[in-house]
Parts: sequence; structure tokens; C-alpha cells
Amino acid sequence: MLELAFKGSKRYYGWMTALLAVIGVGFGCYLWQLSFGLGITGMSRDVSWGFYIAQFTFLVGVAASAVMLVLPYYLHNYKAFGKITILGEFLAVSSVTMCLLFIIVDLGQPMRAFNVILYPTPNSILFWDMIVLNGYLFLNVVIGWQVLEAERNSVAPPAWVKPLIYVSIPWAVSIHTVTAFLYCGLPGRGFWLTAILAPRFLASAFAAGPSFLILLCLIIRKLTKFDPGKEQIQTLAKIVTYGIIMNVFFLLCEVFVVFYSKIPEHMDHMKYLFVGLHGHGVLVPWMWTSVSLMLTAIILLVNPMTRKNEPVLAVACLCVFFGTWIDKGLGMISGGFVPSPLHHVNEYVPTIPEIIITMGVYATGFLVLTALFKMAVSVKEELSA
Amino acid sequence: MENSRRTFLKIAGISALGLSAKPVFNAFAVSEEHGGKKEAKVLPKKGALTAKRWALVIDTTKFKSAKDLEPIIEACHKIHNIPVFENKRHEIKWIWEEEFKHAFPDLENEHINDRIKSLPFLVLCNQCQDAPCVRACPTKATFKQEDGIVAMDFHRCIGCRFCMAACPYGSRSFNFRDPRPFIKETNKKFPTRMKGVVEKCNFCSELLAEGKQPACVEASGGALIFGDLEDPESEVRKLLKSNYTIRRKTALGTGPSIYYIV
Amino acid sequence: MPEEKKIYNKGFVVAGLIIFITIFMFPFWYNLGKAAPVPEPVLTEKAKAAKECIEPKSYMKAEHMQILDDWRSSVVRDENRVYVSSKEKEFDMSLSNTCLDCHSNKADFCDKCHNYASVNPYCWDCHIDKPKENK
Repeated sequence: MLELAFKGSKRYYGWMTALLAVIGVGFGCYLWQLSFGLGITGMSRDVSWGFYIAQFTFLVGVAASAVMLVLPYYLHNYKAFGKITILGEFLAVSSVTMCLLFIIVDLGQPMRAFNVILYPTPNSILFWDMIVLNGYLFLNVVIGWQVLEAERNSVAPPAWVKPLIYVSIPWAVSIHTVTAFLYCGLPGRGFWLTAILAPRFLASAFAAGPSFLILLCLIIRKLTKFDPGKEQIQTLAKIVTYGIIMNVFFLLCEVFVVFYSKIPEHMDHMKYLFVGLHGHGVLVPWMWTSVSLMLTAIILLVNPMTRKNEPVLAVACLCVFFGTWIDKGLGMISGGFVPSPLHHVNEYVPTIPEIIITMGVYATGFLVLTALFKMAVSVKEELSA
Repeated sequence: MENSRRTFLKIAGISALGLSAKPVFNAFAVSEEHGGKKEAKVLPKKGALTAKRWALVIDTTKFKSAKDLEPIIEACHKIHNIPVFENKRHEIKWIWEEEFKHAFPDLENEHINDRIKSLPFLVLCNQCQDAPCVRACPTKATFKQEDGIVAMDFHRCIGCRFCMAACPYGSRSFNFRDPRPFIKETNKKFPTRMKGVVEKCNFCSELLAEGKQPACVEASGGALIFGDLEDPESEVRKLLKSNYTIRRKTALGTGPSIYYIV
Repeated sequence: MPEEKKIYNKGFVVAGLIIFITIFMFPFWYNLGKAAPVPEPVLTEKAKAAKECIEPKSYMKAEHMQILDDWRSSVVRDENRVYVSSKEKEFDMSLSNTCLDCHSNKADFCDKCHNYASVNPYCWDCHIDKPKENK
């Protein structure tokens, strides 16, 4: 089936070449980081995790959101999604690939990464994160491949795939839960120390992932002969609607708890993000942009008139995606580190090489995504031809 | 044709796997060969200071100004080859000074007496009884020794910095770049670190093994007192009995082993 | 219909195979005719005077990396810092302070062989070589 990813139009090859170029530049910067150390990033003693880990967190969400296609189709027998579950699974594969790459580029000693397996440490959440992420990657590669191949040969997928699909449903929830546990189990980090972190992560995931998928479906419809379907897109839009409303609701719950209890250790982070603390507030405009994007999206999505209008829906999905990206990919991690546990305010801003490496990882993800989607779409085109 | 190609690939794949596994078997074979023959042993060092749980009492009444703390910090940073970076982001410190409101942010008190307000406090790794960094470390590179010291194995650290996020006392530093060119005067008896690993105070394990007190205690002129918290006869226990002491962020339940007489 | 067995795109396949094998065997081409003699580690006066290392020479030659690996685990993780050799002699387990005390000629004693065998141990990123040199 892989051969389908190598047969494409000029535009397809042009896009892949462009991605490879970005990967190349990113990899060059990574080699520099490897020889110099993580000092080329904006991270510091006080903000010891930055852009990489934030992207990782955001993308775990995108990966987990595949379950929003798998679950209605396999558990509720919602037939319409049968056509596009493969897109969700392949989106998960590429997202988890990026997650793992982001972890690797964030390590100070990446060549020792296998120590996590050589010296398994069950009391470390990172150990479990390694297991659930790799497991999820494995599940989606196997399931996606088998189902697509069966579809291509017009036969039913092998029986042993079914149990794997059922396992993948709670597994998707687990990847984002465990990722939230990385943060919310740490004493002395008031911003993350909240039981609602995992649910909040999942809510934003189920908004960001499907909204991205809608955008991808619209692109696929435009560029290929495969139409993911109007109904499918509308159902996804409803999922996004619930997801983004839940996400904003959870955010407001947090806002209430920290500002009504007024416990400085919890409140100061929120203050830093939304109004600035002791004169520092690089993220303030970003956070308000995020909130306005999410609120705009809610207005556009709740209203059936606008939701059913696909160009407007596309705008709403962009709002959701970038709103949640700022929320998680920018604010969530540095927000937890500022102020520091000793109440110093040392801000974090990513550096140019750090952003280039990040783009390199994203390009790798998009390369995988494009190749997989190309395969899936080619199979669909073959069948309809 | 289709089938035979498949079979070929399968066989080739399995053979490749088998070939790559050979060194592993070789390694096992070698260790068996020598394992039984040698009867070398390892022992703890004679004359080493030992305890059930090491603790430190900092008598802040003995300090007047930041000047009094300098030799203590200097002593530690010198023997442990701590680099000095211009760039504050890359800073590495094992023991340093903080104002009271930063060392004890949960004891904030704007009307606190003048002495405490102006007095710099020494802060270092708390060698917690239930250390969040030990819990977080995915490779056991940070682990708890039997004497209560939270130790680090720099050989094993992968540089994920989970421990830095976990530490509620900001006691950990990361080597954002090769520290060697920035070490003013190298202590040749103690190793430096390499880029990409986390480090922190080790309670001078290497000195305890030689029967010596930690460097900071040695340099403090009696203001820092080191001893076994589990031994009722130890000096630290006597001091804790006769003085009111505080510890940092006790509400978090980490059980710090550093006590402050204020 | 009997299927005829033949290789499709024969020219490309053969050319590809030849290119692959050439590149794959690059290390052999590259080092052709450059066989270097096995270097013999140089002993310092102090090491010569000691007659024997912590264990017999043949054992040290084959196993020094394993010994060092065991030493580091023992010292760093178990707080056992003394090595009692098979001849009941005691040594401080320290690369810089024990090994390199005698073998203070790292370049001639360690690096020569390591370079020959193309191994690149990163011990020296942290452990300081020649501890006595600048004294």
C-alpha cells in the first residue's frame, strides 16, 4: 500500500519537497543544539520546560482526538464515520510521531533515552507516558493499516483487529490523562495542581483535534476526488462545539477557584498569564487572543446557521485550533513555571533556533500525515473509480 | 512471484534480527566466563561518617549580612566545580542566598522584624524525606540513599528535567551547555558535569566517605550544624530540642532535612 | 497461464544493487591498505614500579571497561567506595584519583588504544584526566 504514497502529482511532490526542506533546516539546528546543549533555547533554570514540551502536550491532545471518530463508529454504530475513521487514526499516528520527536529534542542526553526502558521506574509518570504513547502509536498504525488494506481488497478486516480497536478507545483517553498527570501531580506548582487538569486537557483535545480534522477534510475534498462527506463534517463540528464549550467551562472553573480562594500559589500564575505579574507579562496579549478566539468559535459553532455554512465553519475551526494552541502550546507550560516556586518572575520566550527545530518536528509530522492521507485517499479514489 | 518476494523479505528480516542479536549473546557469554572466576569485593570506606538520616541545622542568628554567607557558598561551589555563567538562564547553583520572602514564600509577613527582613537566607537541596524529584525521575538517576541523602547518578540522567519541575524548592540546575570552560578553578579530585544533565547539592557524600563534614558546614564557623536526625544524642537533635526551628514549605509534605533557627 | 519468472526493470535493479553494495562496503574501501599496527599502551614509571594493576594485566585488558562500569554503580549508587581485589588488596574506586594516579599519561595509555579501536568513551567529559599534572 505504501507505493500509493510515492505516486502523486507535481503539487504533491512539491509539497513533500518543501516539507523535507523544512525538516532539513530543523535537523541542522537540532545538530547545533546537540553539540552546544539546550542553551540555544530560551529555557532557563526557572523555566526548565518550554516550547518543545508545550507542543508535545498540545499534540497529545490532537492524537487522542481520533477516539472521537472511532468511538461513534464502533461503539454507537454511527455508520457515517466509517468513511473517515481512517483519517482520524492516521492523524493520531502523525501526532504521536511528533509527540515522541518533541520529547527527544527536549532531552539533554537523547542518546540515553533508552535508560527509561533499561531502568523502568513505575513511580515516574514519564515512564507511563512512554508506554501509553508508544502503545497508542502501535495501535493506530496496526489498526489503520489493517482496516485500510481490507477496504482496498474489499474484504472485512481480520477479526483480531476488533479487540485492538476497542482497546484503542480507553487508550486514547489514557494518553492525555497520563500527560496531564505529568503536571498535576507535582507539589509546589500551583497552576497545574488541579484535579481538573486531565479533563481540561481532554476537552481541549476533543475541540482541537476534530477541528483540525474538519479543516483537513475540507482540503481533501478540494484537492482530491474523495469527499469525506457533508454529514461527517457536520457531526465533527458538533463534537468540536461540545469540546470547546467544555474547555472554556473548565477554564472558567479554574478562574473561579483560584480567584475566589485567592491562594497566591495558585492565583499568581493565572495573574501572570492574563494581567501580568510584577510588571512581567509577555503572554498577556496571547492569552486574551486565545480567549477571544475560543469565544468567537463558540458563537459561530453554537449557531446552526453559521455552523452549517462550511466556509464559516472553517473559520470557526481555525479559531478553535489556534485558540487552544495558544492556551496549551504557549500558556500551559510557561504559565506553570512563572512565578517560580521561590516566587521569582523569570519569563520565558523561545529563541529562533528553538522555533526552527519546532517547525522541523511539525514538518516531519506533516510529512507523515500527508503520506498516510495520500494512501488513504488513493484507496478511496480507487474504490470509487 | 508476489508470494516468494514476501517470503524472501520475511527471511531476510528475521536473519537481520538474528545477526543484530548476536552481540547481545556474546556479551552474556563473556560475563559468564569471568563472573565465576574473580572474587573481588566492594566495601564501604572505613572511617566514613554514617547516619540513618542526615540533616542540617542553619543557625541564622549567627549571620549578620550576605558577607557571612559568601565563604560558605564559595566553599561548596569551589570543591564541586560549579561553573559561573554570565547568562543567568544557564546558572548553576547548589547553595545560594535568598531573601526570607523567597525562601519562605508561604510565611509572607510584611511586618516581619527588621533582622529577618534584611537577612539573607541560605538555601540548598532540602534532601527531602519524601522527595518529589525522586518520584518524578524516570530512570532512577535521582534516588534516595540509605542515609537519607537524595543522590544523583549523572551517568544515568537523560536530561528530561522532570525533577526540576517536581522540586518545590528550585534546588535543581540543568547544564544547558558544557560547564567546563566556565569553571574558574577546577578541583581535580571531583568530577565536573557534562552538558545535558541535571545537578544539585549532594550533601557532600564524597567528603562524608572520607570522614569529613560537608564543605558548607566546615566553612560556616559553627553556624551550620550537621548530624543524624534519627540519633537522639546528635547535636542537631539537641539543637532542635532547644531552639524553635522552621523548614521550607512543610505544607507540601516533602519532609525537608534542612532546619532553620530564626 | 504459466507465469514466467523474470526480474522487472532488470537494469535498474542491478545498477541499484551495485551502488548499494559499493556504498555498504565503504568502510572496507576507505581503510584499504591502511592497516595500522596494534598500539601497545605506554606505562608510566609509577605504573611500572607497581608491577601489577588492581588485577592481572590480561584481565584488565579485556575487562577494564566492565570494571569501571561496576565501580561507578558501586560508588554512585551503593556508597561502596572500596574495591578489594582478588589478591585482597584494597583500592579507592575512582577513575581520576586511583586509575589515573598511576596511569597519568592518558594520551599514551588510554587514548591510543581507544582511537585504534575507534571507541569514544565519554568518561572524560566529566572525570578529569591527569589529576596530578598541574600540582
